[in-house]
Amino acid sequence: MAQQPVELILLKQWAGYLTLPVWLMDGRGNLLYYNEPAEGLLGVRFEEAGEIHADQLAEYFQTTAVDGAPFPNEKLPVVVALQQRIPNHATVRVMGFDGVWRTLAVTAFPVEGQGARHLGAVAMFWENPDS
Amino acid sequence: MKATLWGTRGSLASGGPDTVRYGGDTAAVEVRGATGEVVILDAGSGIRPIGVQLAGSPARIDILLTHLHMDHIQGLGFFAPLFDPSVEVHIWGPGSTTIGLHERLTRYLSPPLFPVMLRDLPGVTLHEIRPPASFTLGGLSVRADLITHPGPTLGFRIDSSECVLAYLPDHEPALGAVVFPDAPEWTSGCDLARGADVLIHDAQYTGEEYQSRVGWGHSTFEHALAFARLSRVKKLVTFHHDPGHSDEMLDRVMTEIRKSHELEFELVPGRVGLTVCVD
Repeated sequence: MAQQPVELILLKQWAGYLTLPVWLMDGRGNLLYYNEPAEGLLGVRFEEAGEIHADQLAEYFQTTAVDGAPFPNEKLPVVVALQQRIPNHATVRVMGFDGVWRTLAVTAFPVEGQGARHLGAVAMFWENPDS
Repeated sequence: MKATLWGTRGSLASGGPDTVRYGGDTAAVEVRGATGEVVILDAGSGIRPIGVQLAGSPARIDILLTHLHMDHIQGLGFFAPLFDPSVEVHIWGPGSTTIGLHERLTRYLSPPLFPVMLRDLPGVTLHEIRPPASFTLGGLSVRADLITHPGPTLGFRIDSSECVLAYLPDHEPALGAVVFPDAPEWTSGCDLARGADVLIHDAQYTGEEYQSRVGWGHSTFEHALAFARLSRVKKLVTFHHDPGHSDEMLDRVMTEIRKSHELEFELVPGRVGLTVCVD
């Protein structure tokens, strides 16, 4: 497997030290890594799930608005960060691998490298943001 | 291709009786291609004697800068071919995220740090490398990519078709890794070094020294060994020796490593005058 860009390597290492749940996506929307705190929210250990292809993400993680209404995929913060290359924030309900619905605030930002290289995005999560 | 080490020291030139064999000059490696290419990796104080040796010979010299810390550019102003209008000197290096190579180099090659301005040097052409990048210099294929070190810093992989030389003189791949080494795809520099015949790599610190220097951008001897093993190189040349490490101390470390490790590659202490990658 080819080496990831050093910017993503450093972000993975950074995420590995945080108690904040973090996802790291590449520029094609593949979920390359999530840290241990994110495992608790998603209901599966990264070592078990491994890298998740962009096409599979919607199958694994169902998302709705807080009131249960459909939430457009293109408005998900991580999708906005990847496609529009701008930061974004939203509060949504997510059902992970374990079948549990959780209310999560999500902030995502794009990762832009030197030479206008769009390398991916980082998403950070807070559970039960209103509680 | 033939690569000769002229400057092996890191951070600060450290000449004196204690550094005679490993060398006191900072980073500079002369690479000669089979068809007359002259490429110099970094322009530390070790580049000055390269310039003396090259006087009047090649029509073109390419200098590849990994980054612009002083120990990698301080020799530029003392490289005689820069002042020779009959020689084309091409300087390749990284810009920062906001400032181009020209402006960054000008900060050194201008008063008060240096009396001569970059624009006054007759045959100099700058090439800003935008990583990841690939280019050719005659018969040599060069790949450059960012590696872990403070500020924009490149590693180089030079392929002569008969020998692959990887040059990562300032590199801290262990930075932040919970376990080092991680998988190759999550380790800085692995693509550049993968399967190289010769890897010239940072080995500045002992494990004890590293404890108080995490994040300074350099590796321990053990990190260099682990990185070489992970990258499956054939030969590791230790480089960027700490200014405080004497010949005697470095000899002792090499002896201890050979006693305590079963190495899958050849370990070569990076000494001034060493020639590697001879086709």
